[in-house]
Amino acid sequence: MKAAIIVFPGTNRERDMAIALERVTGRKPAMLWHRDTALPQGLDLVVLPGGFSYGDYLRCGAMAAQSPLMAEVKGFAARGGHVLGVCNGFQMLCEAGLLPGALLKNASLRFLAMDCTMKVERADTAYTRGYQQGQEFRATMAHGDGNYFCDDETLARLEGERLVSLRYTGENRNGSINSIAGILSPNLRVMGMMPHPENCVDPLVGGEDGLPMFQGLADSFLTAA
Amino acid sequence: MKLRVTVMPKNGVLDPQGKAIQQALGGLGFSGVDDVRAGKVIILDVAETDPAKAKATAEDMARKLLANTVIESFSVEVA
Repeated sequence: MKAAIIVFPGTNRERDMAIALERVTGRKPAMLWHRDTALPQGLDLVVLPGGFSYGDYLRCGAMAAQSPLMAEVKGFAARGGHVLGVCNGFQMLCEAGLLPGALLKNASLRFLAMDCTMKVERADTAYTRGYQQGQEFRATMAHGDGNYFCDDETLARLEGERLVSLRYTGENRNGSINSIAGILSPNLRVMGMMPHPENCVDPLVGGEDGLPMFQGLADSFLTAA
Repeated sequence: MKLRVTVMPKNGVLDPQGKAIQQALGGLGFSGVDDVRAGKVIILDVAETDPAKAKATAEDMARKLLANTVIESFSVEVA
């Protein structure tokens, strides 16, 4: 699998993401700067990692969504490329219009830094094939604006077309509509999620519940060496 | 020319900041505040001298960046 991680000013989770990807593929992902103007040839996966790009100015992810390289990411997605956005990356995907809806301030107004559990709503995607349908797994949330919101029509479409990939179980701490933790594009190749699977890829630092997501991605692109 | 762009959470979109302000006002003894909505104001100082053109450009800016029309509404006025 050939993966690239895009780094913006204020991104801070790119190294954890790189470790998670390297753990399953044995090769380092490319690290791209937001001012770069092209994606490497033959990419399988683009990752928009977590952090506080542009200091969360204006709205979380709003500035990053307008950065030069995001135009390339949009083109990559339009050609059927896989794009994963985690936390701030999910906010960027929504701001860029690659996924519907928006992430509002947590209903509690508190920054949430704690583990959460999610249910895998569908296991037939590159991101979730490492899990079983309905499986629950643990990851870490670390966000102030993770309260997923969309209008009723969009929500009906997301649920009707089974584009909700991950749903919080237990307490809905950030107030997301229908407890949504992660959603997919209609072609199932763009996914955004708030919790951090890359935090959970090593038993030394809190378990390996996130590893199946990266293993599943690596398995999806075995042929694309 | 200066333009004032007002960005507000849409009706029906949860506004936790507004709710927090409302509660704080209650705590300070200001009774009878039925609702509070918190938004933002962005002042643009532009070279354009035609108010209609400047307003149209500011509205384009609002649609593309200043507001997220999924959750926010905006209005533009010459300040």
